[in-house]
Amino acid sequence: MTQWMDEEAGPIVRPYALIGGRTRSSGDELDLIAMVTATGAVTSSGFVPGPEQERILSLVTTATSVADVASELDLPLGVVRVLLGDLQDHQLISIGRASASERILKEVINGLRAL
Amino acid sequence: MDFGPSDEPVALKILIAGGFGVGKTTLVGAISEIRPLRTEEVLSDRGIGIDDVEGVEGKTTTTVAMDFGRITIREGLVVYLFGTPGQERFWFMWDELSYGALGAVVLADTRRLTDCFPSIDYFEQRGTPFIVAVNCFDGAEQYEAEDVRVALDLDPDVPVLLCDVRRRASAKNVLVTLVEHSLKVLTASQR
Repeated sequence: MTQWMDEEAGPIVRPYALIGGRTRSSGDELDLIAMVTATGAVTSSGFVPGPEQERILSLVTTATSVADVASELDLPLGVVRVLLGDLQDHQLISIGRASASERILKEVINGLRAL
Repeated sequence: MDFGPSDEPVALKILIAGGFGVGKTTLVGAISEIRPLRTEEVLSDRGIGIDDVEGVEGKTTTTVAMDFGRITIREGLVVYLFGTPGQERFWFMWDELSYGALGAVVLADTRRLTDCFPSIDYFEQRGTPFIVAVNCFDGAEQYEAEDVRVALDLDPDVPVLLCDVRRRASAKNVLVTLVEHSLKVLTASQR
């Protein structure tokens, strides 16, 4: 069947069908560069991550930004936010947003100069 | 200083703004790894007459494709570059993009200087640190950075520099100037 699947043909499943038509979840406010990390917790309370959520979980074993997750999965940001919201509700991921300190900015300046 | 792996990963966001065709994508491409991003947004009535929704009148969202750039400074420290959408009808995306941004580069073209007025107004009002980078197009008359500052009526603290966004070294210089400016603003606010 894979011979019928390519980028030209478009997705087999419409993106919002992946999330049961929902457009809102607790992941709504996730900033584009918030860092997502898998907690490694075992799923509880009967929640079973869908295939896309499994992909996310394997992607974020090291901290990955929301924008990178969306780009990697090639799904619209709105869909990814809902998927992440579910995972967050079940404590399967943690989301961090460290702010820039003076030390970090100096490191960035030196890093950019060295590019 | 401790740069060990125990450090929390940090991501920083820099915005690249300016009028249509001023070189935002070129700047991002000159200095970073480009990644595609799909975002689905609500069609506002501003899209009427622009988006062809004939036959799909029930359509209320549209897919907006955008790119972003990524520069890895080291493991656990990444700088993201987001170009702000040029078309007026995507203004609603600016608030999301500029939330928590470290700063913004406003690209200007001296042949169409007024194109960058909306960006400058926006960042001034929001209090986002920004610099103005004048992209020197071939064939455009060359001006001094100070002439541009006067023409744009900029605050004396706002850095203005000339650049050629196609050149990596120049793009690098633009970003360094911005981060230095943001650092200055941050330090001043902590005093």
